[in-house]
Amino acid sequence: MSILVDANTRLIVQGITGSAGRFHAEQCLQYGTKLVAGVTPDRGGEVVQLDSQKIPVFNTVGEAVRETAANVSCIFVPAPFAADAILEAADAGIELIVAITEGIPVIDMVRVKRALQGTVVKLIGPNCPGVITPGACKIGIMPGYIHKPGPVGVISRSGTLTYEAVWQLSSRGIGQSTCIGIGGDPVKGLDFVDLLEMFETDPQTEAVIVIGEIGGNAEEEAARWIKDNFTKPVAAFIAGATAPKGRRMGHAGAIISGGSGSAADKIKALESCGVAVAKTPAEMGETLLGLMK
Amino acid sequence: MNIHEYQAKEIFRRYGVPVADGGVASTPKEAESIARSLTTDVIAVKSQIHAGGRGKAGGIKMVKTPEEAAKATRELIGKVLVTHQTGPLGKQVRKVLIEAGSIPKREFYLSILIDRSLARPSFLASTEGGVDIEAVAAKSPEKILKEPVDPAIGAQPYQARKIAYALGLGGPHLQATVNLILNVYRAFIETDASLIEINPLIVDQRDRVFALDAKMNFDDNALYRHKDIQAMRDLNEEDPREVEASRFGLNYIGLDGTIACMVNGAGLAMATMDIIKFAGGNPANFLDVGGSASQEQIEHAFDILLSDANVKAIFINIFGGILRVDRLAAGVVAAARNLKISVPIVLRLEGTNVEEGRKILKTSGLNFLVGETMKEAADLVVKAVSVGA
Repeated sequence: MSILVDANTRLIVQGITGSAGRFHAEQCLQYGTKLVAGVTPDRGGEVVQLDSQKIPVFNTVGEAVRETAANVSCIFVPAPFAADAILEAADAGIELIVAITEGIPVIDMVRVKRALQGTVVKLIGPNCPGVITPGACKIGIMPGYIHKPGPVGVISRSGTLTYEAVWQLSSRGIGQSTCIGIGGDPVKGLDFVDLLEMFETDPQTEAVIVIGEIGGNAEEEAARWIKDNFTKPVAAFIAGATAPKGRRMGHAGAIISGGSGSAADKIKALESCGVAVAKTPAEMGETLLGLMK
Repeated sequence: MNIHEYQAKEIFRRYGVPVADGGVASTPKEAESIARSLTTDVIAVKSQIHAGGRGKAGGIKMVKTPEEAAKATRELIGKVLVTHQTGPLGKQVRKVLIEAGSIPKREFYLSILIDRSLARPSFLASTEGGVDIEAVAAKSPEKILKEPVDPAIGAQPYQARKIAYALGLGGPHLQATVNLILNVYRAFIETDASLIEINPLIVDQRDRVFALDAKMNFDDNALYRHKDIQAMRDLNEEDPREVEASRFGLNYIGLDGTIACMVNGAGLAMATMDIIKFAGGNPANFLDVGGSASQEQIEHAFDILLSDANVKAIFINIFGGILRVDRLAAGVVAAARNLKISVPIVLRLEGTNVEEGRKILKTSGLNFLVGETMKEAADLVVKAVSVGA
């Protein structure tokens, strides 16, 4: 078991004919993901040659779903067109949309979230590395080889920090059930609580690492939810403790405003709800291991 | 992106959000002629910088005649204002806004921004206007009304009435307030603003409801579809190193420490600053070189890092996924040679092709310090700085 994606996942890549889309589609395919099609408007009928496999390209997501029974889409479409691409995938009956694209205007994502409200469609991202169930299915831009199948779920707002945590776990012989980069944007799809709910009912997952950063209050919400509902051990790290107030640190999400959103407040909230918070990013793996003994 | 008050007021006028009559001046002569065109007893001369707290810092002067407006402008232009938002170095005044002055009978607070937990735009309104709203939020949160807007249908008149009544702006003020609120919403959405803040919104002695101050920030990701707003960018208000970095696709923020950082990924870059601090050092900057840094970008990054005279050592922390460690190491070696870097460079490399990467550093003949772990590297760089000092 795992959450969100597994060996049966059938993936399409929207924007497969672009350089990033093509490169990462091939990486996913080489990892073992069932990549069944690509979508680029007006490039339907073409074939993309990836790792000696021929992947068909369709004009629309609807057509790709009908022809290939795809159920998950990964989006590499440029930012000005990415919101439209997400909505197209949702309309075509895709169950899980993983939006890698960074730089999507916030208002576009506000509209997307409103349109997805009340539907069963799950969105991860945007501005995220994607999701991986080690050994079974990789969707996104994370380096596959650092992962290893196992009992730890990883949820993170930051890409490279996720890799860092995974690396610390794998190099200590601890594998992962599913790792999700939820992205650094202020308005995004699934958040900590949504994924913690899934990890709670996943029998493979025995413990979870949560990696947050300054800005917003998703970590505080997660802390409260963990206290009331989550039965497995949780370790956490919050990046940005030393970031100057009011400055944007690369992720649109990482803006501290006023008293809330600071690393200190988040760490306090997590610790008061029974989460073990790593003092430095070098200790994420050790902190979790300490809980699992 | 931030803009000046006078620019925000230009946008307000375009959207029918009432503001005082006035115009921007960069010389006393211009100020005098704008003041002469105003029919008013009191003239406000307001310094235009990208920071709040101007009044307390002496950046706003109230005068009676056009001649006095010219004199006040002469005093303000070129002056460096230090407010609680500018940092200790302050900001230099280059322009002033000359406005018909008004004496507020009542002051309010009104803003709109994205509430991320709801994923919707939301108005914030308070009867406590003209003061620091964060202080109000901390001390008496019940005095702040939050009104989220469904983005599918936009702000509705009933919502604007709800805010107006909460502010005590019913009766003769109702329609003007409702119009103002609905127009603020339209401006927010249509310009891809990330914040519109009116503090204070006032009722003046002639019972007019209008925006006495105006602040607008914009979503950088949406600037591509607003050329007119892009043109309002004032590079004088930005750190030249940050401007330079953005030209090369690097995300740089200057700080005041001695350890320069070069990292891939925003989260890891923040975490690197944290671990330097934890080890007892002080980061000189935040720098995210992104996921696919080329040798050219790395050279530009070094240039920017070394332009900071406080820098005594460089800490490179890379988790190579897509960005292969051997390629990065080659780029660092080449850049260090070309630029003849003399300060110690501490690297912590992990990820794809890490062994090859370390070999390239070792055989380069250059003096790199390599930490096996992030913690070890942070300790190394802090030590390098204290030895050098």
